[in-house]
Amino acid sequence: MNTLVIAEHDNAELKPATLNALAAAEKLGGSIELLVVGGGCGAVAETAAAIPSVSKVHCADKPSYEHQLAENVSLLIAELAASFDNVVAPATTFGKNVMPRVAALLDVAQISDIISVESADTFTRPIYAGNVIATVQSSDAKKVITVRTTAFDAVADTGGSAEVVAVDADHDAGLSSFVSEEVAESDRPELTAASVVISGGRGMQNGENFALLEGIADKLGAAIGASRAAVDAGFVPNDYQVGQTGKIVAPDLYIAVGISGAIQHLAGMKDSKVIVAINKDEDAPIFQVADYGLVADLFQALPELEASL
Amino acid sequence: MKALVAVKRVVDYNVKVRAKADGSDVELNNVKMAINPFCEIAVEEAVRLKEAGTVEEIVVVSIGEKACQEQIRTALALGADRGIHVEVDGKPEPLEVAKLLKGVVDKEQPNLVILGKQSIDGDNNQTGQMLAALTNMAQGTFASEIKIDGDKMNVTREIDGGMQTISLSLPAIVTTDLRLNEPRYASLPNIMKAKKKPLDVVTPADFGVEIQTHVTQLSVAPPPERAAGIKVEDVAQLVDKLKNEAKVIS
Ligand SMILES: Cc1cc2nc3c(=O)[nH]c(=O)nc-3n(C[C@H](O)[C@H](O)[C@H](O)COP(=O)(O)OP(=O)(O)OC[C@H]3O[C@@H](n4cnc5c(N)ncnc54)[C@H](O)[C@@H]3O)c2cc1C
Ligand SMILES: Nc1ncnc2c1ncn2[C@@H]1O[C@H](COP(=O)(O)O)[C@@H](O)[C@H]1O
Repeated sequence: MNTLVIAEHDNAELKPATLNALAAAEKLGGSIELLVVGGGCGAVAETAAAIPSVSKVHCADKPSYEHQLAENVSLLIAELAASFDNVVAPATTFGKNVMPRVAALLDVAQISDIISVESADTFTRPIYAGNVIATVQSSDAKKVITVRTTAFDAVADTGGSAEVVAVDADHDAGLSSFVSEEVAESDRPELTAASVVISGGRGMQNGENFALLEGIADKLGAAIGASRAAVDAGFVPNDYQVGQTGKIVAPDLYIAVGISGAIQHLAGMKDSKVIVAINKDEDAPIFQVADYGLVADLFQALPELEASL
Repeated sequence: MKALVAVKRVVDYNVKVRAKADGSDVELNNVKMAINPFCEIAVEEAVRLKEAGTVEEIVVVSIGEKACQEQIRTALALGADRGIHVEVDGKPEPLEVAKLLKGVVDKEQPNLVILGKQSIDGDNNQTGQMLAALTNMAQGTFASEIKIDGDKMNVTREIDGGMQTISLSLPAIVTTDLRLNEPRYASLPNIMKAKKKPLDVVTPADFGVEIQTHVTQLSVAPPPERAAGIKVEDVAQLVDKLKNEAKVIS
């Protein structure tokens, strides 16, 4: 049994989601190789070579892969997949974009968003916004899998010394090209990897009021998230959205402020270790999942909380 | 140009679905069904493109049991011109749905295919990407804006770090994200008109597709329950609990 894991990176840094996907790959058993595909991504491959669980790093470093366009990258992965039993990637927007395309090229199913490996062909995954956990068994000879990163603890990333091999295959499907990217710069930890997350909802009333969360986030080293309602209202950018169709988080501490607790929001945060809810409506559904609920007006509670940290 | 829109019949998003006690499947008896919210956004986008004069004809397709004709009618009431129902028993997997959609694409030759990014029942997020692979088309997934210009299309995509814009050659596949548009409601006259719009029923055999099973659902279970929490009196008690009981802050 051998597994190819697709690394998550931005040509400069290896992203932590890779380490969670590797943890799932370890559970599959057998040897693990890693693919770093990008443009100018050599340094990422070198970093990845230090991951002890990886036996070989394939580095496909070509201009045609620089922006990781699905049309080009999927051709490469499908070609490399010939010599692997499993192909695994984190269920990030990159993995979700590319992996189903790979699966279809291989004429196999994709098993999305697994949260456990029961055996080499049996997995669990949440369906219906996480209200149900399904146990599924694959009969495909080759398995294409995406991994819910919050369900697997990251593997160690130092101490190993895998061989790095250059991949020559250069696929350019000629169907798509990169135009531009707007990536938010922030000094805060990444939402999906932060150990503390504080999220605001419609109750925040406007974007300026998110400053009330920032002061607390600074003190706790927290990432800031939001409900879809807050994103839709334009309080904060879309990449803040936590939920079924946004980001899945499972920090040690999640603080929901002015969020009612719709099913779709809970789907993205209810696996957090400790949940705090601050809401002025004592019947808000968010209190059903909160370990500590504070029924209060957030405009009073937040400054108090910041002052007492 | 012609737009093809794929719509799926799913449990209404307000329903909290539960696993049956024996774990055999989810409980779907007497549950309200609806068009998948992301598919509604796909229909809306096609209608807006038609209103803007970019698209001439909107064909809507749904794959499933007879009942999914309801969702096709909903899409017709929202502004689609004609429907195709691919009649299939049970719940075909995304790869099989993509193969059937490829059959429709081959026949209809649309310039643009719009799907939802994710069905809210299976939470798969696969079908559009698979269809793109099978038809060898470009894909603009998780779209929050599309701009068509001649035989090219710019798609702005929601990605983890922010937004990305890519340029695709047409014909191409788009999957919708929530912020692409806000769907309208169907008016009563349009619902009446939709009843008279053409709706063809076809079968997988018409496309030479034999439905296969790749993944079997062995059982379903509720997610782990969270232990009941408590309400704290004030901020001071909250901070005390977080420090000394939960030990998540210092
Ligand atoms: C297909 C689909 C996908 C979706 N995906 C997601 C998703 O991924 N993530 C997501 O979050 N949502 C998602 N939603 C939306 C979801 O259904 C809810 O509409 C949304 O989560 C509500 O956001 P909210 O809790 O901020 O707003 P509301 O439900 O309006 O709640 C606001 C809360 O703030 C409280 N409040 C107001 N003022 C104050 C105050 N001064 N002090 C204290 N509390 C106050 C109120 O009591 C209320 O409980 C999705 C919906 C659909 C249809
Ligand atoms: N049975 C179906 N009939 C029509 N369209 C479908 C069907 N299943 C999936 N789709 C389309 O594919 C999208 C993504 O679904 P999924 O890959 O299942 O998450 C949906 O929003 C639909 O546009």
